[in-house]
Amino acid sequence: MTKQIRQLDRVVIRFAGDSGDGMQLTGDRFTSETAQLGNDISTLPNFPAEIRAPAGTLPGVSSFQVHFADYDILTPGDAPNVLVAMNPAALKANLADLPRGADIIVNTDEFTKRNLAKVGYQGSPLDDDSLAGYVVHPVALTSMTIGALAEHPVSKKDAERSKNMFALGLLSWMYSRPYESTLRFLERKFAARPELVAANVAAFKAGWNFGETTENFAVRYEVKPAKMKPGTYRNITGNAALSLGLVAAGVRSGLPVFLGAYPITPASDILHELSKHKRFGVLTMQAEDEIAAVGAALGASYGGSLGVTTTSGPGVALKSETISLAVALELPLVIVDVQRAGPSTGMPTKTEQADLNMALYGRHGEAPVAVIAPRSPSDCFFAALEAARIALTYRTPVILLSDNYVANGSEPWLLPDVESLPDLRVDFATEPNGEDGTTFLPYLRDPETLARPWAIPGTAGLEHRIGGLEKADKTGDISYDPANHDFMVRTRAARIETIPVPDIEVEDPDGDARVLVLGWGSTYGPIGAACRGVRQRGLSIAQAHLRHMAPMPANLGEVLRSYDRVVIPEMNLGQLAHVIRARYLVDAISYNQVRGLPFTAAELETTLEEVLKNV
Amino acid sequence: MSEPVALKLTAKDFKSDQEVRWCPGCGDYAILAAIQQFMPELNIPRERTVFVSGIGCSSRFPYYMNTYGLHSIHGRAPAIATGLSVSRPDLSVWVVTGDGDALSIGGNHLIHALRRNVNLKILLFNNRIYGLTKGQYSPTSEVGKITKSTPAGSADAPFNPLSLALGAEASFVGRTIDSDRKHLQSVLRAAAEHEGSAFVEIYQNCNIFNDGAFDQLKDPSTRDDYLIRLEHGQPITFGADGRFCVVHPPGGFGLEVRETSSVRPEEIVVHDATVTDPAYAFALSRLPGLDLRNTPIGVFRSVDRPSYDSVVQEQLATAKAKVTETPEQQLAGLLGSGDTWTIL
Repeated sequence: MTKQIRQLDRVVIRFAGDSGDGMQLTGDRFTSETAQLGNDISTLPNFPAEIRAPAGTLPGVSSFQVHFADYDILTPGDAPNVLVAMNPAALKANLADLPRGADIIVNTDEFTKRNLAKVGYQGSPLDDDSLAGYVVHPVALTSMTIGALAEHPVSKKDAERSKNMFALGLLSWMYSRPYESTLRFLERKFAARPELVAANVAAFKAGWNFGETTENFAVRYEVKPAKMKPGTYRNITGNAALSLGLVAAGVRSGLPVFLGAYPITPASDILHELSKHKRFGVLTMQAEDEIAAVGAALGASYGGSLGVTTTSGPGVALKSETISLAVALELPLVIVDVQRAGPSTGMPTKTEQADLNMALYGRHGEAPVAVIAPRSPSDCFFAALEAARIALTYRTPVILLSDNYVANGSEPWLLPDVESLPDLRVDFATEPNGEDGTTFLPYLRDPETLARPWAIPGTAGLEHRIGGLEKADKTGDISYDPANHDFMVRTRAARIETIPVPDIEVEDPDGDARVLVLGWGSTYGPIGAACRGVRQRGLSIAQAHLRHMAPMPANLGEVLRSYDRVVIPEMNLGQLAHVIRARYLVDAISYNQVRGLPFTAAELETTLEEVLKNV
Repeated sequence: MSEPVALKLTAKDFKSDQEVRWCPGCGDYAILAAIQQFMPELNIPRERTVFVSGIGCSSRFPYYMNTYGLHSIHGRAPAIATGLSVSRPDLSVWVVTGDGDALSIGGNHLIHALRRNVNLKILLFNNRIYGLTKGQYSPTSEVGKITKSTPAGSADAPFNPLSLALGAEASFVGRTIDSDRKHLQSVLRAAAEHEGSAFVEIYQNCNIFNDGAFDQLKDPSTRDDYLIRLEHGQPITFGADGRFCVVHPPGGFGLEVRETSSVRPEEIVVHDATVTDPAYAFALSRLPGLDLRNTPIGVFRSVDRPSYDSVVQEQLATAKAKVTETPEQQLAGLLGSGDTWTIL
């Protein structure tokens, strides 16, 4: 049977099922196949905090959304064109996000009376007209998978578990994806159990062949490769990129990286990743608690390592006292906060940007630190290098504010040339620096960076004592002198405030925009997509995005004041807007959402158009 | 390996230029002097020695040692020292802490450093009171202690620091007294020689807020009858002419003190610090009464167990041994690992 082939410029697919259905893996494989084809991609995993929530229930639904296109895209897409629903719960939980006319592929085997009742369906939505506005493809996914594996020496349970590969095969056929990487992946994943490799490959092929032969699917789609810069790419999540950035910081500084971490969602993957890279001299320690994790990292920095600690908001709160000690000791320290929805345990697997205040101000005393926020998954790599650069050059704690959206989302990454990465080499103090030629002054500063010498234990002649008590300028001796304290507090503030950071750039292709949208961190994609939408309607709008939250770019005030209105969308209740108003006396419009999900481009577009109307 | 060069350091080399600011008469002075006198014996260069402390009177200690020193925050010294020690196995890292610092706010870090067997020498100055905050009861204060924060007497039971350390899998546990320099140095010597965590409780007198807390152990008229001086390989007897001894009563779980004349010589326990089962050292740690009678001092336990530092460094060395590329080449390989694609 010859199938019609239709060209599309972009598609958004959402794979949804029970937490145990392997939807994250399915989405991940589809993404990898799509990357191989050369489409631009952006992904959004969305899963519950519970490892195995009760099967078939709404809280147990796990989903993975992938957006791919033949042009550069900025977000995982607002609304799916295709929903793969592995059970009634997945259908019910996701239906509201689907636009009319979307394709729904449902696993009919799971639409049993019991499963329907679990999620409150009176009858099956497949049998009434509630799905009339959609193109529904009923597929007996489970039974067809089991049927396809009848001759395979695997248990019925293992056969049933392969149904996600059937779904992947079907979708791969539907969107003409190259599948070699998936076959290689299955061989690696089940290397110890060849019968499972064969079963999963067979399930995948059964899905593919089903698409090709059934009349249920009349159309096959193609999305041509996007025009992307030449080079070698890989698909990468923010947490993976951040981990690699830390490894790169070790290589480029020539220092051992020490990671002290306590497991916490959504930051644990960085600990897992870094623990694999011992050959780079990366030492990871799973500490007894968050406080020990940062303490050990600081101790390692004192000894000449690049000390790093990774956590999420509740962990940063616990580390606060030690970060203040690092401010007083003036030692390098990188604190990674992969933000999640708070307060308290909040929604551990959902995203939010509400730790900005804590990063900027959440310490006792005047304890300024540098703060950096990556804007996308791949930017996490460069943000980690930048955090390390500032920490090492200026001997200061640096907070890296990632969030769940960039940490678990993924995008194609043009691999950088290692030699082009910043040179982070540091000079440890080796000689006395006092005028008499024999004294060592641990708090005598470099006049340019205001950094103090980093004299590590083991260096003969530089034995010295430091601590949390206020220190006298230059000598570092304990001092209660009022003038000295005033001087040291101001110097520590100046040390951060004078770190040179790149000017903020404004994107205003029309050149006549009167409204500026200012964002920070992971909202870069949705804001950018919204601005594109606004411009496509013939309106002008400017976009600027902050990466350095402390210190802020020197030109920021001037940029803000050159627009009639400034709009600041944030996934919090206006924390950056508050800073902007206070620092620059700009009456910014704060647009906020705290739903645990990224902004959709559509909602931002509507908001921006409202502002534009009133300028 | 060549023979280590004798550094010929003296106590004076370990004195920093900082004015010592403990209260006159504080037991800390005696401990400081004993340690400064003892350090040259280790023949470790001053620059490779680091003292890390938390908060409290005892935690000012690093300022007075002419080595590297880090005066950190309350309770966190074992955590900070762990990061330093495991990443710098060439250093000799000492933690100085107190009963409040180590057992109250920093209890978690202490027990985890001990279970990991980090190569730290942990000196706990126990004066059974909060000194720096001016006299509140501590987690080693006796029940009923009347202090500023417990005018009606403290209601909570104290920790026995050695029992706690043993429960936390400590591989070396000892106890000594601030005023007995010779004994203090002998315990430190054994601690310094131990690979892994060495936990030493030092009874220290706070003459301002808890004066005389250990007088029975110091007063010539009582000390011999109160103190049990543990000697590895020797039967445990004490008191004038060895009139008391320690036995393991049949059917009991622990150890008990008896009149030596009332038992057969073979019933007297011969001290062995290397016994693998911590129950023995634990039983020793339970001997003292509320009045400090039957207080053992010396090395309770000293067993071989790989240190955390050595295991971690071995893992790093194993991983690095396979490397043939430059770090930059390795990094390029790592960045380009997994599924990649090339756009021309």
